Amino acid sequence: MTEPRFDLPGTPVFDGQTARRGLRMNKLFMSLRFPENRERFLADEAAYCQAYGLPPEQQQAVLDRDWQAMIDLGGSIFYVYKLAMMDGRSMQYLGGVFTGMTEAEFVAAMRAGGRRDG
Amino acid sequence: MAEVIWGLATSHVPSIGAAMDGGRTEDPNWKALFDGYRPARDWLAGHPPDVAIVIYNDHANGIDLDIVPTFGIGTAERYEVADEGFGRRPVPDVVGDPELSLHLLEHLVDDGFDLTVFQELDVDHGLTVPLSVWTPDPGGAWPCPVIPLLVNVIQYPQPTAARCYALGQAIGRALASYDQEVTVGILGTGGMSHQLAGARAGFINPEFDAMWLEAIETDPAKLAALTREELIRLAGSEGIELIMWLIMRGAMNDRIARVHETYFVPASNTAAALALFDNRAPALR
Repeated sequence: MTEPRFDLPGTPVFDGQTARRGLRMNKLFMSLRFPENRERFLADEAAYCQAYGLPPEQQQAVLDRDWQAMIDLGGSIFYVYKLAMMDGRSMQYLGGVFTGMTEAEFVAAMRAGGRRDG
Repeated sequence: MAEVIWGLATSHVPSIGAAMDGGRTEDPNWKALFDGYRPARDWLAGHPPDVAIVIYNDHANGIDLDIVPTFGIGTAERYEVADEGFGRRPVPDVVGDPELSLHLLEHLVDDGFDLTVFQELDVDHGLTVPLSVWTPDPGGAWPCPVIPLLVNVIQYPQPTAARCYALGQAIGRALASYDQEVTVGILGTGGMSHQLAGARAGFINPEFDAMWLEAIETDPAKLAALTREELIRLAGSEGIELIMWLIMRGAMNDRIARVHETYFVPASNTAAALALFDNRAPALR
């Protein structure tokens, strides 16, 4: 069983199976809180991923900054955001990536009251 | 006894703290939010409690995914402000109240709520932003000692809304049995509607938020009856954190008086709100 308990379109649910899948990757993201770890990561990203035991597809998603893939492969948005912050990316930038918009378009949608269902 | 004198429900969006720390509260994109806070801040400044309980969740700063406690309580004398990856917020560290923490822990465990104990904990924006919403200029120290009460709202299965409400009621009973006469402010943090990931990122539901803002005072049992799925569908995958408001509400009296509320979209990707309630008997207000 790898399915979440319920399926809401466009809504990743970070459940136990997702957390198991993403544990190593999320631990890597959390380590980026510290400047010395960010330095080590930036010096050799692949080696840093290997030191954290990431499976190849997760390592590739990190190296490619494939934010959607990181979520799909078990990343928690709060943890993925650590990597985005290191890159100088905002949560609005990520929102744009997840919704097929530019950051400016996403910000404009939020300032217009946010996005609605349907 | 320890008496809850007020309850403050507030969003804890990190960008609210960043706007304050960066001096951008008069920025056109923020001004309405901070103007909306003012009446509550003025009232709170005139009603300092002896101790505060802040119900919040950590965001990959104080704890990670190795251990995910459903409910936790800090029992430390001091909690350092976490460096979340961009330097720590320029706000004071948090002084704890271990004696009241341990009293709460013992009574809550006896009451069927088996909390995880944090003897060391760095507190992140989930706790410090609500303190800043309450006290924008703390100087060298926050107004009173603070007890952190942690809730897992990040990883499914989060505790049910009903369980959160019941925990709040148990906190109320535990406070009533404290052998010291102290006043308590209780903060329920998080929300309102928002979703950070997925094709539905940016989701905001003002109708649901308005319903919640009203019912948190008048009909919390209705909110406690919402399922996880309903909460995620109606409030967004991160909006489910509103369940933490129900812990605050459960610790308060059946009848409470609304002092002030404000609602603002967007604080980054989130609908932000504040709702302040007076918990004292009507004759004492």
